[in-house]
Amino acid sequence: MVNFELDEEQQLIRDTVASFARDEIRPRAREADEKGQIPADLIEKGWSLGLVQSIVPEQFGGAGSSRSAITGAVIAEELAYGDLAIAMHLLAPRLVAVPVLELGTDALRRSVLPRFCGERFEPASAAVMEPRMDFDAMAPALTLRRDGNSYALSGEKCFVPVGNEARQFLVLASLVNGIEAPHPRALLIDRETPGLVIGERERNMGLKALVTTRLAFDDCRVSEDKLLQGGHAGIMRLASLWRVAQSAMAVGVAHAAFDYAREYAKERRAFGQAIAQKQAIAFMLADMAMEVDAMRLLTWEAAWKLDRNEDATREAHLAKRYTADMALKITDNAVQVLGGHGYIRDHLVELFLRNARSFAMLEGLAIA
Amino acid sequence: MIDYELSSDLAATREQLHMVAKHAMRPIARDYDEREHETPWDFINMMWQLSKNSGVGPGRESRDRTEPRMEERNLRTCIAVEELSWGDAGLYLAMAGPGLGGAAVMAAGTPEQKERFLSRFKGDKPVWSAMAITEPAAGSDSAAIQTTAVRDGDHWVLNGTKIFCTSGLMAGDPSKSNGFVVVWATVDRSAGRAGIKSFIVDAGTPGMTVAKCEDKMGIRASDTAMLVFEDCRIPLDHILGSPDVPKTSEGFKGVMATFDATRPIVAASAIGVGRAALDFLREELTRQNIPIRYGMAVHNLSVIERDFMDMEANLQAARLLTWRAAWMMDRGQKNNLEASMAKAKAGLVVTQVTQKAVEILGPLGYSRDTLLEKWMRDAKINDIFEGTQQINMLIIARRILGYSSKELS
Repeated sequence: MVNFELDEEQQLIRDTVASFARDEIRPRAREADEKGQIPADLIEKGWSLGLVQSIVPEQFGGAGSSRSAITGAVIAEELAYGDLAIAMHLLAPRLVAVPVLELGTDALRRSVLPRFCGERFEPASAAVMEPRMDFDAMAPALTLRRDGNSYALSGEKCFVPVGNEARQFLVLASLVNGIEAPHPRALLIDRETPGLVIGERERNMGLKALVTTRLAFDDCRVSEDKLLQGGHAGIMRLASLWRVAQSAMAVGVAHAAFDYAREYAKERRAFGQAIAQKQAIAFMLADMAMEVDAMRLLTWEAAWKLDRNEDATREAHLAKRYTADMALKITDNAVQVLGGHGYIRDHLVELFLRNARSFAMLEGLAIA
Repeated sequence: MIDYELSSDLAATREQLHMVAKHAMRPIARDYDEREHETPWDFINMMWQLSKNSGVGPGRESRDRTEPRMEERNLRTCIAVEELSWGDAGLYLAMAGPGLGGAAVMAAGTPEQKERFLSRFKGDKPVWSAMAITEPAAGSDSAAIQTTAVRDGDHWVLNGTKIFCTSGLMAGDPSKSNGFVVVWATVDRSAGRAGIKSFIVDAGTPGMTVAKCEDKMGIRASDTAMLVFEDCRIPLDHILGSPDVPKTSEGFKGVMATFDATRPIVAASAIGVGRAALDFLREELTRQNIPIRYGMAVHNLSVIERDFMDMEANLQAARLLTWRAAWMMDRGQKNNLEASMAKAKAGLVVTQVTQKAVEILGPLGYSRDTLLEKWMRDAKINDIFEGTQQINMLIIARRILGYSSKELS
């Protein structure tokens, strides 16, 4: 029966995360972007919210809360409302924890998940993207070859969040075995693995507070027990979970830009009245409000399908596409509402626009 | 708890009406588009009987309106209307039933008025009611209407001209049905909005004339009438709501609240037309072995795939906004903002979706041999009636900014 209301637990989580994003993240977003660094105490405070630990089952030391893609989307949206780069950093450990929970063998879960239940932030990441224009997450150029009892990785990844600190990475590679057509497999790799070279920090237009690096794999050896299970459907499910989280983050950024522009337009006066009283501005703001709601409804639909263990490839794809386009349009309009002031770094809307530009390009930077 | 799945009851309604749309509406859709001003009586009578016998269809909604506590009433209407409009928007609009006039009685009538006027929809013969607001010199600015209602002893006397009245012929002409028209008129021009009241005028009341039916771009199976009122006398108790002229414009707001219920329905109709076009496009692409590959990297998608996905996502966005607005109303929540969002988005989206579908299919889309070009013509009305896209954006803007109509005009 159709219902668009979060349950009580989800509402509580949303309110808690929203307060943190507004009170703790937002005031430090500009400085973090300028310095290219997120304050360590903010990361620890974010960790203490338990957004990662809570989804780990009790037997592995976590709180064992029921995990839901909708709840994950709610968390991602609210954090991203504060700041996208900081949200991605805080949620980066989920990039390993969620895939292991979903598709890991029991042995892998036992060895990996307890690490995410400690007192301190546990840096982890995913290496999904590759430095080429025609990158396709479902057909990585990074190759995985079987060699005796182990596998060898060769190739390159880019835009790996928290790559400077992550102790382990989820990696997406194409298994090439000479029998079947190459197909994507997900696996875990430790930072210290011989042959894995962590590259220099990347310099990006936005998300400047988030450290991203390249990874080079030079005949890098991984044992079979590090491979995730679930076959092609499992990989597609991971992709949908990434897309839902990124869609939710796009909602958060768009909502932030809308709120910022609305408040400015009500204050700023021209021709004897607030500019929000002019239809040219008011209609832009109305469109933003309408689209933020539409974006969220589409995102939740994909998440809802994932929570029912149904194939959500179509819904997640459409949500990601729609939210990426709309987040860009809305943040651009927010800059436009502020006019010249929007272009100046005293205001946050230019940061929202630079960050929102990333959504259409990103794959695997967050997971619901 | 978030849930996007229709209850089994609503899913069954949808299933049944889809069959009606496919087998009873599609085959005659072109015909009644070409033969404008002919009433599709066979279809109307069939739908009237169907709704009486099986409890399916808008006739059911008419009965439901007299049972206000019924669960999911507004969402059910949206589901039903999307299916029927997928069949044909013009035929859907031509169907007998309480329509907008009934909605106004339901929203603002006394229990006695509801019983008296809505019970007509339970009879054996099809009955229409209509809503007359727009005038030659007052469209979106409905507070500027010039039609007057003057009290004269035991009667109200109406004078003025109304245009663009959907089903005005069927509701207002006694040879068509025992219907009624809800007419907006001012009892005190100097009072502005506060002076505007709505009145129920029975079909055949002397002084009310159906002056003409418009020739239109689309939705041609449905009549759009001009009604002229010349010293039209109606009983005093045919006014909806209080006859007093308040100091504030609260009364006008009450009248406008009807739109909170009807805008999601119009949005649902729009979505039905958009879905018809999208379904047709998908079938044609499949026939020509052009796949829509979801989950594929954007660089590898064709322009047609990208266009199709954008159309699909936009249509679903409009549908979800519509469902939400109806769902809120079913829960008794105020949905003024959400109803306008649904209407603004749906009207715009289906206009774009149908036009893009015609573009993609080229000569096949432009040809009158298929229904696509008709759907494009039908779709456009949803961007206009029941509040244009722009009026709905204005309402959204006022709500999100906390402005009155004076502060943002």
